[in-house]
Amino acid sequence: MRCCRRTEGSDRPERFVPMLNAARSPTFYEFDSGDLLRLYREMDARGEVPVVIYHSHTATEAYPSRTDIGLAQEPDAHYVLVSTRDDAEPNQTGHDLRSFRIVDGEVTEEQVEVVETYMFAHTGADDVPDNG
Amino acid sequence: MAVTVSIPTILRTHTGGEKTVEAKGSTVAEVIDDLEARHGGIAGRLVKDGALHRFVNIYVDDEDVRFAGGLEAPVGENSTVTILPAVAGG
Repeated sequence: MRCCRRTEGSDRPERFVPMLNAARSPTFYEFDSGDLLRLYREMDARGEVPVVIYHSHTATEAYPSRTDIGLAQEPDAHYVLVSTRDDAEPNQTGHDLRSFRIVDGEVTEEQVEVVETYMFAHTGADDVPDNG
Repeated sequence: MAVTVSIPTILRTHTGGEKTVEAKGSTVAEVIDDLEARHGGIAGRLVKDGALHRFVNIYVDDEDVRFAGGLEAPVGENSTVTILPAVAGG
């Protein structure tokens, strides 16, 4: 289970922050409360907010579980799920990986596009930064 | 005695979008009561059946109040109270 961050006002993950699963369980994850406080303080100081919060489902599909939906409390985050179950079928991402918004218990799937880099993803030119 | 309370994104609907608000109280329970008086509905997001919500973390300065007396944890003058929703799932 990991967490990425963005600069406030942007919707682009710019920093990757791996987090330990304090629950130490294959079926439930939770950040340690002390780690969480330190992380949010650091993010605040850097003007960052969480943009992607991802975790894996080792035995089920890449869709938010009832627990995921009940506990999702970052309305602006993209919740990315990857299934690592034995019969997982890769989609266009090369993995069984999907992304969702979860707001007030409502799940909305969003399209995932794989890009080499954000820098050159949408301009069509290899020397022009994509600021979109 | 006013303390500064840091409000997470999901609860800012209760504070008119404010990231930090002031509240009064010398315990976490008193601070929550005062928050409720100023920002109706917020207490129900923090407290359930008379105890702190399992998946909401409240800190006084650097300490998770769960390990410092829960709702009765003391809040000192000029303390900062930070509310952070747990990041959890499964």
